[in-house]
Amino acid sequence: MENKDREVLKMRNIHKTFPGVVALSNVDFTLRAGEIHALMGENGAGKSTLIKVLTGVEEFERGQIFIDGIDGPVINKSPQEAQMNGISTVYQEINLCPNLSVAENIFIGREIKKRGRIDWKAINKRAKEILANFNIDIDVTKQLSNYSVAMQQMVAIARAIDISSKILILDEPTSSLDEMEVERLFEVMRKLKSQGTGIIFVTHFLEQVYAVCDRITVLRNGGLVGEYKVENLPRVQLVAKMMGKEFDDLASIKKPANESEIKEKREVLIEAKELGHSGTIKPFNLTIHKGEVIGLAGLLGSGRSELARAIYGADKADMGELRVKGKKCHINAPIDSMKVGMAFCPENRKEEGIIADLSVRENMILALQAKRGMFRLIKRKEQEELTDKFIKLLQIKTASRETPIKQLSGGNQQKVILGRWLITEPDFLILDEPTRGIDVGTKTEIQKLVVDFASKGMAVMFISSEIEEMLRTVNRMAVLRDGYKVGELEESELSQDRIMKVIAGGETNA
Amino acid sequence: MHKELFKKLTKLRLFWPIVCLLIVLLVNLIKTPTFFNISINSNGVLYGFLIDIINRSSELIILAVGMTLCVAASAGTDISVGSVMAITGAVACYALGTGGSYNMPYFLAFILAVFVATLCGAWNGFLVAKLKIQPMVATLILYTAGRGIAQLITGGNILYIKVDNFKYLGSVFPGVPVPTPIFVAILVVILTSLLLKKTALGMYIQSVGINAKASRLLGLNSTFIIFLAYTFCGLCAGIAGMIATSRIYSIDANNVGLNLEMDAILAVALGGNSLAGGKFSLAGSVIGAITIQALSTSLYSMGVSADQLPVYKAIVVVIIVALQSKEFKKFVKHVTQKLILKDAGEKVAQ
Repeated sequence: MENKDREVLKMRNIHKTFPGVVALSNVDFTLRAGEIHALMGENGAGKSTLIKVLTGVEEFERGQIFIDGIDGPVINKSPQEAQMNGISTVYQEINLCPNLSVAENIFIGREIKKRGRIDWKAINKRAKEILANFNIDIDVTKQLSNYSVAMQQMVAIARAIDISSKILILDEPTSSLDEMEVERLFEVMRKLKSQGTGIIFVTHFLEQVYAVCDRITVLRNGGLVGEYKVENLPRVQLVAKMMGKEFDDLASIKKPANESEIKEKREVLIEAKELGHSGTIKPFNLTIHKGEVIGLAGLLGSGRSELARAIYGADKADMGELRVKGKKCHINAPIDSMKVGMAFCPENRKEEGIIADLSVRENMILALQAKRGMFRLIKRKEQEELTDKFIKLLQIKTASRETPIKQLSGGNQQKVILGRWLITEPDFLILDEPTRGIDVGTKTEIQKLVVDFASKGMAVMFISSEIEEMLRTVNRMAVLRDGYKVGELEESELSQDRIMKVIAGGETNA
Repeated sequence: MHKELFKKLTKLRLFWPIVCLLIVLLVNLIKTPTFFNISINSNGVLYGFLIDIINRSSELIILAVGMTLCVAASAGTDISVGSVMAITGAVACYALGTGGSYNMPYFLAFILAVFVATLCGAWNGFLVAKLKIQPMVATLILYTAGRGIAQLITGGNILYIKVDNFKYLGSVFPGVPVPTPIFVAILVVILTSLLLKKTALGMYIQSVGINAKASRLLGLNSTFIIFLAYTFCGLCAGIAGMIATSRIYSIDANNVGLNLEMDAILAVALGGNSLAGGKFSLAGSVIGAITIQALSTSLYSMGVSADQLPVYKAIVVVIIVALQSKEFKKFVKHVTQKLILKDAGEKVAQ
C-alpha cells in the first residue's frame, strides 16, 4: 500500500493458439496493487482465454507471467496452483455448494481444526468476521441457498479473498445482479481496492466500467489494442476500440440519405408497446413497417437478441402488448407468432437451429409442417419440390436433399434454415446473427437476399455484431444498451460514428 | 462387386439387428434340427418353435413399439410398463367379475382397462413432459406403486375368470389356425407405423428427440409431443396387459409382465435404436423383441432351466450389443474397405 503503483501482475507477450485460430497474440497485461482494471473486448476478443491462461485452466505457448513477490516467471498449471500464487477467481456462475452453510462454503477444503476435529465454533466466528469486513451481517450457519444470488456472489468473493488477497479476478460477476446488488458489489470492490488488492474486472456493461474502474485494457481478435486510464478514454472511443474502428476515420463515412420519407406511406406491420421480458429486456416500443430492413445494434449482452426473442415468443414476453397488422396478438409460444406470419433464425445455429440428424428436406419442411398441423402431412412429392426449389434458389451445396444437415458446412446449414422459413412465406423475418461463422462469399449472398426480400414487401429484422454489414443492409436501426432500447436511427442518420455514439451513450452530443 | 454390395448392406440401419436374429435362429437349426418345423396340432392350430416364438413375443413387440416412441422423443425409458400391465389386468378382471358370466360386456371391460392404462401413460407423460422430471424417476413411481394399485383393485387375490371366451385374446379364436396375440401384435405395429407415416407425428418425434429447443423455435410443442409418446406407451402396455392376462385367464398382480420393461428397453436397443433419442426404427424394435424371445425359447429348447436362463441370456445379449456397437462397426468398415481395395488391386494386376 505504501507504493500505490506497485505492479502485482505482469503478463508479457502471451501467445496462445487453438487449432486453426490464434486466440492470443503477444498480449501484455499489467495489474497494479489497489486498482480495479477492466478487461474489455467483444465476443472472441480473447478476454476469457487470457483469464484462463493466467489461472492455469489453459496452457500458453509463449510469453511470461510475473507475480509480485515471486522470483522469476510463473506458470500456473492448475487453478489451485494459481490460488497458491495469490490469484483468486470468481466466475459468473457461482461455484459454491448451495446446500452447505455460508461458513462451510467459505472454509470448505481448509477447515480450521482443533485436535484433529473440525472446530465449528472457530469456523463460524471467522466466517462472520470475514463477512463483517465487507459490512455484511448474515447468519453464517444458514444454508447458502437461502440467500440471494448477489449475496452468494459476495460469499464467493469473501472466500476467494480469504484464501489470497493479492489478485482477484471477477469474471462477469454482475450479469445476474440487479442495480442495488451491483452497487453493493461495487462497495465491496472499492473496499478491497483500498486494502491494496488488484482486481481484474471482466464485464460488458460500459456503465459499470466507468463507475468503478481505474484502468481499461482492450483486446480485439486476440490482440492487445491498448491500456488506458479511464479518464483518458471516453466511451465512444472505447466502443470504437472494441469494434476496431478508429473514431476519427469513421466520421468521414456517411451514407447518402434516400427515400426515407416514403416511410410514411408504408404500412405498419408490427407494433410493440412496452413489450418486455423481465430479466433480459426492459419494456420497449418498436414499430416495423412492411418492406423495411430494421437493424438492431448494441454490444454483446445489450439485449438485441432478447428484443427479437420477445417479439417472436422464443422467450415469452411477460409485459406489454404486441400488435400485428393492427390486431392484438397473444403469443405464448413460437407457433403463435408463426401463425401471424413471423419467422425466426436464431443466433445459435447449432443449438437452436438445425435438427442435426434429420435430412436437408426434413429440416426445411418442418416449420411449414408445424404450421399446418400434425394431421395434414405435406405430401412427399410437395416436400421434395419445395426443398429442391429452395436448394436451387439459395444455392445450397449439398450432396442430395436426403443428406443429414449435420454434414453440411455452416454457411449451407444457415441457408437451409433460411429456406425453412422462406417456405412458410413469412411477412416478418427475424435474422439473429445470420452470417456469424460463415465464409465471406456466403455472407454477401445472405446480405443480398435480405435486401431482396425487403424489396418484395417482407419486413426483415437484422441483428449483427458487424456494423458495416448492417449499414449495407438496413433502412433503420434500433440501438440497445444494457437491456434498454436507447434510440432509433433513421436511414439519413445511419453512419458508423453515429451508431457508436448511441451505443456508447452518456456523451451523445460529443 | 459383391463386396461393395456387402458394404452397402452393412450400412443399412436394420442390417445388424437382422443378422443377430438370424444368428440366433441358425444356432437353433444346428442344435435342434426340428426347430423350423411347423405342424398343425390336434386342435387345428399351427404349432412349432417359430410360431411359439412369435406368439410369445407378442406382448414384448407391443411394449417395444410404445417404448421406441418414448426413447425417441425424450431420450428416456418408461420402466412402469410391466406394472401398468398388471393394473390393466386387474381392472379388466375386477370389471368382468369371477362369476359364471361377465358383469359387463367384455368389449366394455377391454376398453375400460386399456383406457386406465392410457391414463397411467398420460400420468407418466405429465411428469416427464410438463414437470420435466427425469423419465427414469418419473416412471419409477408407477413401477413401484403400480403392482400395489393392482393388488388394491383385486383385493390381494388372484382373480380367475371362468367365462371361456376370455381366453381367446391370449390363445386362439375357435377355427383360426394362428394364435390371436400374433394378429394383435401385427395390428399394433401396422397401425402405429401408419400413424407415424401418414401424419407428421414420426417426424415431430424425431425432431423433438434430436433437438427440443430448435423444435420449439420452429413451432413444435415439444412438451405435448413427449406427453403423447408416454401416453401412447401406456396404451401399448394396456394392450399387452390384456393379452398377458388372457393367456392365464386370471390376474396375478405380482407376476404379470414382471421384468418385461427391461426386455422392452433391450428390444429397442437391440433394434439398433439409440437410447439417446432422435432417429428411430420401429421395425428394428420389433426385430429386437423377436430376437429376445427367440433367445429365451431356444435356450429352453436346449434344456437350460428357467433359473439359469438369465445368465445365458446375458451372455448372448452382451455379444449382440457388442456386435452393434460403433467400435465394432468401425472395425467392419475398416475390413471391408481393405477387401475392396484388395479386390481393385487384383483387378488392376490382371
